[in-house]
Order: sequence, then structure tokens, then C-alpha cells
Amino acid sequence: MHAIAIGLSHKTAPVELREMLAVPESRIGEALGRLVAYPGVREGMLLQTCNRVEVYAIVEHVESGFSAVQDFLVETHFSLSAEQLLPHLYWYAGERAISHLFRVASSLDSMVVGEPQILGQVKDAFRLALTHNTSGVILNKLAKKAISVAKRVRTETRIAENAVSVSYAAVELAKKVFSNLAQKTVFLIGAGEMAKLAAQHFITHGVRQILVTTRDGARVRKMADRFKGIPVPFDEFRGELYQADIVLCSTGASHFLIHREDVVRAVRERMNRPIFLIDVSVPRNIDPAVREVDNAFLFDIDDLEMHIEQNREERRQEALKAEQIVKEEVEVMIKWLQSLEATPTIVALRERAQRIKEGELQKAWSRLGHLSSQEWAAIENLASAIVNKLLHGSLVALKSAAQAEERAFYIEAARRFYHLDEWEKECRLNHSRMAAGNQSDQHASRPAASPAHSRQSIEVPVNVPPSHHRIARPDDEQTADPA
Amino acid sequence: MVTVAFASALVCYFSSTLLFLIYLLRRSETLARIALALTSVAFAVHTVGLVLHLVAGEGIRLISFHKAMAFFSWTLVLVFLGVVLRYRLHVLGAFLLPLAFLALLSTAVVPTSSVPVLQPVFQTVWIHVTLSVLGTVGFAVAFVAGLMYIMQDRLLKSKQFNVLSFKLPPLDFLDALNQRSILLGFPLLTLGILTGAVSAQITWGSYLSWNPEQVWALITWAFYLIVLMGRITVGWRAKKAAYLTIVGFAGVVLTFLGILLKGHGPPASL
Repeated sequence: MHAIAIGLSHKTAPVELREMLAVPESRIGEALGRLVAYPGVREGMLLQTCNRVEVYAIVEHVESGFSAVQDFLVETHFSLSAEQLLPHLYWYAGERAISHLFRVASSLDSMVVGEPQILGQVKDAFRLALTHNTSGVILNKLAKKAISVAKRVRTETRIAENAVSVSYAAVELAKKVFSNLAQKTVFLIGAGEMAKLAAQHFITHGVRQILVTTRDGARVRKMADRFKGIPVPFDEFRGELYQADIVLCSTGASHFLIHREDVVRAVRERMNRPIFLIDVSVPRNIDPAVREVDNAFLFDIDDLEMHIEQNREERRQEALKAEQIVKEEVEVMIKWLQSLEATPTIVALRERAQRIKEGELQKAWSRLGHLSSQEWAAIENLASAIVNKLLHGSLVALKSAAQAEERAFYIEAARRFYHLDEWEKECRLNHSRMAAGNQSDQHASRPAASPAHSRQSIEVPVNVPPSHHRIARPDDEQTADPA
Repeated sequence: MVTVAFASALVCYFSSTLLFLIYLLRRSETLARIALALTSVAFAVHTVGLVLHLVAGEGIRLISFHKAMAFFSWTLVLVFLGVVLRYRLHVLGAFLLPLAFLALLSTAVVPTSSVPVLQPVFQTVWIHVTLSVLGTVGFAVAFVAGLMYIMQDRLLKSKQFNVLSFKLPPLDFLDALNQRSILLGFPLLTLGILTGAVSAQITWGSYLSWNPEQVWALITWAFYLIVLMGRITVGWRAKKAAYLTIVGFAGVVLTFLGILLKGHGPPASL
């Protein structure tokens, strides 16, 4: 069983392609069903955000899994061809796939490192996989772990603590002056992009009203519409300054628009309530002398940059810590997966030995039908003892190697020595034939435990075979004669 | 027993004060949690000590300097714990706890004999003390809020975005805390002064005997009245209010020191 991750993100693909691959939520169930219908794909989860589309799957073989998921992606959009898609995809398997999922959930792979939305999106993806029954034991564990890793990163590092954009830094600084932005008034002067972005942030934080002014009268109304604000004529805006708790200034003017006296007057009219001014225009539009006015707090673009540079540096430091956490957790996960992997081989090996023993006993019985029950018991014991003693070394090696690095080699060796892969394939074939209703084959398909089943029923004791495995004997009164 | 309780409370307050001061400059929330736990323990011990102290001797009436200070300190911590519970404002500990610690310390270092006990001639004189102490607690909180306001204001003005500015609450919160504390403290102190005057009239035959600490108390009271009126009428808020409450609290401390050094007895002329 291998975990794989295939997808594309803002780092590898343009938005047009990402849009194409996105599956609407109403059709996710169908898409997930299609994904796990590919042969060899056991479990699947689809993570889509505006910055990424990724498929996480648990597959039997990495190579065939990769091609299955790739086919799946190509099929999601009718106009998509493999040639268009391939150059933008990244492919991860095993440890790297797990690490990728953990990094994505922890927002280490995001466009803005530390942004909080991604965790919710991973949760949604997992929920959908659960709803549509495409997440099993391994993916459940993997997704839950990813969520807990993200939470650990969130609580143990300060990766998401501070603003890293100029517009958001304005909000962050305003919160040092005003504890609650809900009752505040924002005055937007000019139509500069950064100030508009900041205004948008303030609106998300629930400011009460927005006043808007620009030199261009027509534009004022447009902006007022956009922000549901109140337009103020440009030549009167200084008189209205007192209304504003927060002033966002970003115009193309080459001189100061707001002078010290304007702010002094505004603060006086505000009865000394603090006023917070952001000047993101270059050249500056607010006289730096405003800084000296009591209860007025002026920040220009350099101040904001300085603030976020500190935050960015901090995020970089925190991201390093977060990577370390991810690394630790990936190791834990890998160990778990490895311990899981040895078990099916052990079970398969025991089952295989049991079937061989039963087959040979069956043959012996048809030749030696006249033996007494004691003699039969002795022969059965003999067979069991030989099988157990022969297997003992291999089983111990497999079990003890469950955590070691050479585990993979042991498993591979056991599978080759005892032809486990072929045998399992045969079992599966017989099983499906049985399921298809071919009753005549029933006897031949005695060793019918499919690998999938044997994985669930891990402990099958070898030395004491369950009663239904016992061979019927002529003088066995408790068992009906098979002939 | 009382001494043991107060001594252990003092040790705990001292340690948590130190922890809160370190917390101010460090990015560890664990520190604050430890300090808060320590404060809660100290507060419990303090409560036990205070109850024992009050029931001992003259009953629960607050008429000695020591009892008044122990009560003042206790109320400050109570207010602190309340504010932390309500606003998660751990940083307040670095400012309020030193005051509480010093107040309780004064009961340990000032010998009982050096401070005259208020004569319990008039049964209700303890009401005067209790109300005045509660009023003072309000002014102490206002003072601390003012101090924090000035610090945050300076940090913002000088664009220092450091741990301290991160920890200090927003300016308008501090201003509101300042205002509310004075609004609570002022009526309590007014009532405290009125009951004091009535007690003085009954004990000594005059409402006001113009001794220095009485005069100081009146000046302080008038000062806070002006601060409060100024806020409402001409907008003495924010930075100005912060400075004014710091000055006002200095007046309160001087009055306390006056009582401590000279006693609270009848005027010399009588």
C-alpha cells in the first residue's frame, strides 16, 4: 500500500488550468467514486482550493497509481488533454506524499505562508471523502494526522500570527488603537489600489461606515457604490476629517493634502478621540509633521513595510520550526504505515502454509482412508509441526523487522520465496469467480481468503487450525462425510 | 497564623510580579499562566489571612492602617483576577500586581506601633475607611491604565512594533478602563470623605479640621472631580486623561503617606 499525491498548485499551473480541474461540490461524489474505481486505487481524497487541485490516494503500486490518477485528472474536464496537463503536475509517493499533505495543511505550501483558510479546506476534502466512502483506514489516519499537524503548527509556532501584506498591516496597526473596529468610520481619500484593498479589509472587520473622496467627481460615486460608502466632495474633505477614526490616503497628488493644522483641528473636534492615519501614497500626501499631534497616529508606507518585514522575518523563522514539526510527524506516520505493511505479508504467509498443509492432508486422506482417528491426529500434528517450524524463522524476522529499515527487503523476500503475490492473485481470481456464481469451482477455490480480507483478520493462529479447516475423516462422527 | 498567611502571600505575589514583568518582554504565554496560577494561590492565602486578621481584635472593622492596606491589596488582586477572567489581559499583572505587593508589604515592614489606630469612638468609622480604600482601588486601576496608555502611545508614535506593543492592549481599551475606574472610584471616595467628615463631627465636633492630610485628601478629590468633568465637557481623554490620572494617583499616595506618617488622629489644635 502506498500513499501518493498528484496535483498542481499556484506554483506550477496558471489559474485557467486550475479552474478547469476544479470539480463542483455537487459532482465530487461522482468524481471520487470514479477515482477509486481505477484498478489498484484503494482510497482517494480530492483537495481543491483556488490555489491548488490535488488528489491524494492510497494505491497498490506507485506507478500504476500515478497513471490511474493522471487519467482521472485528464477525464475531469472534457477539453483537457494529457499533454496540456502533464507539464504542470507534481507527483509524490510515500514519505514525500505524506510530507506534502502535512505541509499543505499547515499552510507551508500556501501562496501566503501561514494563511488560515487551507486547514478548513483540507477538513472539507476529508469530510467529502468520508461522506462518499472513499477514505479508508490509511487515508483516515493520514488526513486526521494532517489536521492535527496543522493544529500543532498553529499552536506551537507563530506562523499565522502577524500580517504580511501592507493592506492587512494597516488593519493590524489600527487594532493597536481601536479594540473594536465595528463602530468606526473609515475615510478613504483617493483611489489608490492599496488603500482600496485596506478599505476592503476594514469592511471585513465590520467598520460602521466608509466615507469616500477623490479629486475626480465621477469616480467618487463609483467608489462609494463599490464600498457602500458616503461620497464627500473633494474640496470639503478636510472639514469632514473629524468624522473619521481611520483615514486611508492614497492619491496621485504630488504635494501634501492633509497638513498638521487639519489634523489638530480634527482631533480637537473629536474631543481628543484618537485618529489613525495611513498614508500609502508616494509621494506622501499627509504631512509627516502630523506625527507630533497628540492622539493622531500616522503611518506611511515605509512604516507599514517595516512592520510587515518584521512579521515576514518572524514567519520565516516560524516556518523553519513548522517544517521540523512536519518532519517529526511524517516519521511517526511512516512508522505506522510500515508496521501496517508487514502484517498482511505475515497473514498471507500463514494462510498460504495452512492451505498447502490442508491440500496435502486431503491427498493423504484419499489414499489412506482406513486410518483410525488417533493415527489421523498424529499425521495432522506432524504436518502442523513441520509447517510451523519451517515458518517460524521467517515470521519472527518479519515481525521484528516491522520498524527497521530492512523491513521492505524482508517482506519482498518472503513474498518471492513463498510466491505470495501470485497466490494472492489466484485467490482473488477464484474469489471473484465465486462471487460471479460459478458454484462448480467452489471446491477448488478453498483457499479463498482474499488479501483484503486477510488484512482485517490479522491473527490466524497457525498451530491450532480453526475447526472448519480440519479435514473430514471417515470415522469422524462430528463431521459429515464429504463424499 | 495571620503573619504566616501574609508572609506566604507576599512571597507568592513577589514571584508572580517578577514572572509578569518577565512575561512583558517575552513571547511566552506559559509564563503568564504560571504567574496567574501563583497569583491565585497567593490570593487564596491572602483571603484567609485577611479574614483571620479582621476577626481578630476589634472585629471586622477596618480601622487600622495595616488592615486597610491588607484590604486595599486584596481588592486590587480581586480586580486584577476579574479583569483577567473577563478580558484575558494578563499583561495587567505586570502593572497591578507590583502595587498590590507593595501595599501588602507595607503591612509587614511598617511596625504596628508607629501608626496610631483610629479610635473606634464612632461605630461607623470603619465605613469611612472601607469606602476610601475602595475608591483608592479605582484610582489605582486608573493609574495603571494611564501608565499603560502612555507606554502604548509612545511605542506607536515611535513605530516600535515590539513584544511590548504586541502585549499592551489597544489605546481605546485603556482609555475606557481609565474612565470606568475613575467613574467607580470617585463616588466611593466621595462617600468615604463624607462619612469621614460625619465621623469627625461626632468625634471631634467639627467636620473638617484643616490638617494637612485632610487638605490633601480634599485637593485630590477635587482634582479627580476636575478630571472627570474635563473628560465629559472638554474632552480630556486619551493621552491627557492618562497623564492626569497618573498625577492624581501621586496625590492619593501622598495622602496615604501623610496618614501613615502623621496618623489619623484629632487635629493638634484640639
